[in-house]
Amino acid sequence: MARLVAAMSGGVDSAVAAARAVEAGHDVTGVHLALSRNPRSYRSGARGCCSIEDAGDARRAADVLGIPFYVWDMSTEFADEVVDDFVAEYAAGRTPNPCLRCNEKIKFAAVLDRALALGFDGVVTGHYALLETGAGGDVELHRAQDAGKDQSYVLGVLTQEQLRHSHFPLGGSVKTDVRAEAARRDLQVATKPDSHDICFVADGDNAGWLAERLGPRPGTIVDEDGTVLREHDGAYAYTIGQRRGLRLGVPADDGKPRFVLDIEPVSGTVTVGPRERLLVDVLEADRPLWCGPAPDGPLECTVQLRAHGAEHRAVVEVDGDLVRVRLHDPAEGIAPGQAVVVYVGTRVVGSATITATSRVEVGVGDGR
Amino acid sequence: MTSENSAPAPVVYLDHAATTPMHPEAAQVLTEQLARTGNASSLHASGRAARRVVEESREVIAECLGARPSEVVFTSGGTEANNLAIKGLYWARRDADPARDRVLFSSIEHHALLDPVTWLAAHEGARIDTTPVDRQGRVVVERLREQIEADPASVAVVTTMWANNEMGTVQPVDDVVALAREHAIPVHSDAVQAAGYLPLDFAASGLDAMTVTAHKLGGPVGVGALLVRREVAPVPLVHGGGQERDLRSGTVGVALIAAFARALEITVERQAQVSARIERLRQRLVTGLLRVVPDAVVNGDPEPGPQHRLPNIAHVTFPGCEGDAMLMLLDAQGIEVSTGSACQAGVPQPSHVLLAMGYDDAAARGSLRLSLGHTSTEADVDRLLAALPQVRERAVTASLVRGR
Repeated sequence: MARLVAAMSGGVDSAVAAARAVEAGHDVTGVHLALSRNPRSYRSGARGCCSIEDAGDARRAADVLGIPFYVWDMSTEFADEVVDDFVAEYAAGRTPNPCLRCNEKIKFAAVLDRALALGFDGVVTGHYALLETGAGGDVELHRAQDAGKDQSYVLGVLTQEQLRHSHFPLGGSVKTDVRAEAARRDLQVATKPDSHDICFVADGDNAGWLAERLGPRPGTIVDEDGTVLREHDGAYAYTIGQRRGLRLGVPADDGKPRFVLDIEPVSGTVTVGPRERLLVDVLEADRPLWCGPAPDGPLECTVQLRAHGAEHRAVVEVDGDLVRVRLHDPAEGIAPGQAVVVYVGTRVVGSATITATSRVEVGVGDGR
Repeated sequence: MTSENSAPAPVVYLDHAATTPMHPEAAQVLTEQLARTGNASSLHASGRAARRVVEESREVIAECLGARPSEVVFTSGGTEANNLAIKGLYWARRDADPARDRVLFSSIEHHALLDPVTWLAAHEGARIDTTPVDRQGRVVVERLREQIEADPASVAVVTTMWANNEMGTVQPVDDVVALAREHAIPVHSDAVQAAGYLPLDFAASGLDAMTVTAHKLGGPVGVGALLVRREVAPVPLVHGGGQERDLRSGTVGVALIAAFARALEITVERQAQVSARIERLRQRLVTGLLRVVPDAVVNGDPEPGPQHRLPNIAHVTFPGCEGDAMLMLLDAQGIEVSTGSACQAGVPQPSHVLLAMGYDDAAARGSLRLSLGHTSTEADVDRLLAALPQVRERAVTASLVRGR
């Protein structure tokens, strides 16, 4: 029996995870994280994780489970570590994943640390991932049973110490079963829609949300020759690999669709070009976080480059804080700021943040 | 998180300022009267019988509070009474003379008063002035004098609570009334916290309106009253049948009102004795607390007595702690306290009362309100004292984690 904090977002997954922890005999306390100082200022409605309605749903689920429930104010930490970072990353021309950041800095750091200090043994969440004990006694993080729901990618930032205090009771389940179980347990959230997009961006309008915070930062969209195709109000509205919404007016010479190839943050220059120029097979990354020991020598592995993205066969080499990834087959649409998560089989080895991408025959240094 | 005993200990309830257990006699009256059929506004025998219960209750309440029966206007509770007082008096005074557009209120009022005042500013063009308090949480009368005398003809209404809900500090209501009288300005006081523990005499107070509510003194939730002097006519908030002196409409809740009267009657009968007992319990609590947590700071006015503070509230700052962490750790041991301040979506906000008293944000977050009541015992206090050292230590650790 462990004393656990169940992080309860107000959604069905975290409610069932808490229920399973209770049923497993743990002493569970439900905690909803207030991530916004003004719960109305971020997204409203049932889809996000910081509305008053979600706090109420989490409270009702805790009532049904018969566990104590509190709201923890993590708004300062969230603003500093996740929201500000998100804005700064876009301003720097990168494409961050705030969910990884939140797991690294909030859920399994600020919340876990506070829980441990208050006398709890760990944290239980509704993430779809599996924990197993490895040969050496280390806790290993593995992909979930339900490949469609697998969230091991966003947990790739967790260290051994954090994993030791984590519980993911849903890792062996498929989503439909979790919903059915919620209904069986009389949890009102059984039919609540899943959350999507980024919890603090209302309506999923990323560009609009960033524009409010960064203001107009005019620049140009150019082709690979440097020919200006049009002006834009802010490079942060663009992501590498983006095709839609470029509004270039005139078609390319060859009539083929054009994609964002590169974003130069200082001048705000967005370069577009043909799809094949998106292909890269060398990634450089920094800020590695390993779930256990760092790879020792070249590691034949697979990597995942975005949430719910494909697996790519690769070789990873670690040199201190630098991680170099060579993909066996080129992949497209990889942006600096994204996390590369390294797997051996189903096991998560760790993650790092992509700083540059290139194509072997083109060579590093083409600015991407 | 630990429960030292294998058998669950009874809950230690130290949040009587939030709501206090109903007196059994009041609960009995409530259940008896709930079975009654009859709208107190109906003209037939059932209606008359219901009306009789309401009027007898009104007489009891008036008697207990030094008012005339016709001065008792029943409401749904303290919040509605405060809204009726402050908005109603503002509108009435402004209607009589458009120059009267100022509302003067203390910086430590409850949200049930603060929010209607700020609403008046936002929607009705009121100019609002906050009267500061001293380090003990008491309104500085001289500052109020300056505020009034800057332009007495423009003041619509002055309001100062009788005793503060977080600190227990008793306010200089007599002085406020005397000051306002010089300029014929009406004065309201929110006496919700005071009514259970201090003798109140509405007529002697010179107030024009005073708020009381049942559930803070052993009556049911959902009923309260605004005492309104006969010659004062606030503009109603709720229009309809005009049941309560045309100041408040809605079918009156006979059972709630009867139980309110019974609870107040018992409270007043036993007040001297119960308040003295609670004061001794508070002494035990404060003395013991400073022994087990020597760096704790007890806020507000240390002097006992009806001119100084309520006997039942101890507001304590624990340096280096967050109040909500302590609340949770105590709750896990069956000890129920409050951070004293308002919540927003379950998150305690730094207390505007402590901030007004000159404390910083950290102190305002690192405090607990421990409030005793008629059912409190020495064993309750001792359970708290036994739990505090470990709770305090863990809360400090949690706070350090957050700060790093």
